[in-house]
Amino acid sequence: MEYKEGMSYTEYTHLSFAPSVPDAMDPRVMAWLIRRHGLEMTHLSRGSHIGSIFSVAEIMAVLYTRILRVRPDDPAWPERDRLILSKGHAGAAVYAALAERGFFPVETLRTHYQNGSHLSGHVSHRGVPGIEFSTGSLGHGLGVGVGTALGLRMDGLSSHTVVVMGDGECDEGAVWEACLQGHQYALDRLVAVVDHNHMQSLDFCENTLALEPLDDKFRDFGWFVQRVDGHDVDALENALRIAYAHQGTPSVIIADTVKGKGVSFMENDILWHYRTPQGEEYEAALRELEAQRP
Amino acid sequence: MRDAFVRALMREAKNNPRLVLITGDLGFGVLKPFWEQFPSQFINAGIAEQSMVSMAAGLARTGRTVLVYSIGNFPTLRCLEQIRNDCCYHEADVKIVCVGGGLVYGSLGMSHHATEDMAVMRALPGMRVFTPGDPAEVEAVVPEMLRTPGTCYLRLGRGGEKCVHESPIPDYHAPQALVLREGTDTALISGGGILTQTWEAAAILEKAGVSCGVVSLPCLKPLDTDTLMTMAQRLRHIFTVEEHTVIGGVGGAVCEAVAECGIPVQVHRIGMPDTYATLVGTQAYLRAQYGISAERIAQRVMQTLHG
Repeated sequence: MEYKEGMSYTEYTHLSFAPSVPDAMDPRVMAWLIRRHGLEMTHLSRGSHIGSIFSVAEIMAVLYTRILRVRPDDPAWPERDRLILSKGHAGAAVYAALAERGFFPVETLRTHYQNGSHLSGHVSHRGVPGIEFSTGSLGHGLGVGVGTALGLRMDGLSSHTVVVMGDGECDEGAVWEACLQGHQYALDRLVAVVDHNHMQSLDFCENTLALEPLDDKFRDFGWFVQRVDGHDVDALENALRIAYAHQGTPSVIIADTVKGKGVSFMENDILWHYRTPQGEEYEAALRELEAQRP
Repeated sequence: MRDAFVRALMREAKNNPRLVLITGDLGFGVLKPFWEQFPSQFINAGIAEQSMVSMAAGLARTGRTVLVYSIGNFPTLRCLEQIRNDCCYHEADVKIVCVGGGLVYGSLGMSHHATEDMAVMRALPGMRVFTPGDPAEVEAVVPEMLRTPGTCYLRLGRGGEKCVHESPIPDYHAPQALVLREGTDTALISGGGILTQTWEAAAILEKAGVSCGVVSLPCLKPLDTDTLMTMAQRLRHIFTVEEHTVIGGVGGAVCEAVAECGIPVQVHRIGMPDTYATLVGTQAYLRAQYGISAERIAQRVMQTLHG
């Protein structure tokens, strides 16, 4: 059946039911926890990138509560889905989701950035159960995802590989190399999600290297493209389920998000790519998040 | 050397279905036997070295041994960060294979000259560097490299080199340095395809009355310091020979080892000076111009020993 915009998972797949839910936690709760942990972690560590941690929160939340087949008690389960966070600077968001899913104790999050910790600012797999791949330099994750999806297919596994990327990251040529390869090898169990918060390191994407129409670019590379509100957990879940079911080509979901989403004064402000929440600003952010507690 | 590589690889692939060869759209006429016999173990990644290496790391993470094949600097410098972050940091079972180490692609120009690759690959933590000197060493090194877990670099010469070793090398274990001939006056320590010139240089020196040992380093990192130091402690001068700049490659590795061993031997590095080849010509022509033909190597040794 041909995909039409706005179609639900059940309409698209003709299935009368959705696959089983891997975790009972509501993705809205998980998204809130990711932000709450992210604020605390960047505050304690005097770390940066809170804007990206907040923009990707719903994407991570839906993946870890509704989509990814993973086993917290068996992180190396061969049939698991693989999540590669290609925008490694939002590592805190994955660490928080993994901790809340029980891969390691939530208290470990407090060690983020600290001397002797495993939780580096950019995501690292060393000593962190559930992290598939270390990233930090942009433009690597999709290529790694292509190789992972190829290998899983060679093994006859139905596991999916999900790569979460940034939009600024799409400036990197290696992203488009991997796009060509993913399409060439018809990797339909490869799903990319672009956290499209419209901002990169110094400015808005459109003022730097204009990416729009980003969906058309991926479409021209032969990918199956959906575009959703990246803070709408139902829309994200639906799009991810459709992408999982899609056959013949890899899928990409352009998730339109807001950098710094959740704290009014951080939203759409490039400062919060770098700034660490301290003092009055930390208190104000905490008040705003606590007011949103689900 | 590249044909010896493909032969050795095909023997291994037959017994290991989890071995995958990826090419960066190169290897016309060389890899054909492989892709014909093992189509399901072969991937052409296109002209996209960066994502090719990321892909190799991803594939390796699914429990495979992945070889990445290209020429010159394309499988190393073009995708250096992917090798560092995606392969070495993850201890990924990826073997980077370069055909055309040194000045092999002479007339094609400096873009195709791999004259810093050993230094750069050697600098990466976790990377093992294999630099076989002739087809016999290639056949010995390939199975050893495939037995070695983690990320490795294999530097090959071209096709059609003569074998310096008269017979196959049995039971090679890295990082063993291979002593091809003993000498009482000095020794030439060679890494990579320049071994043919090193070997001929030793013969020239022998005729001139200089007793000259020859050691080949099929494995440059880690380095077989035991063999080298046992030999060096009997000598006052040793010479390193490489088709590479004199910085950070064979000469660099040997100097580091000698300096830490406290042996009073002087190391002379024979190789490309700290420059790019700006002249145009065949590999043989460029070797002569840059001081690494057999005659120029022998000359340099004579000058150093006898002034």
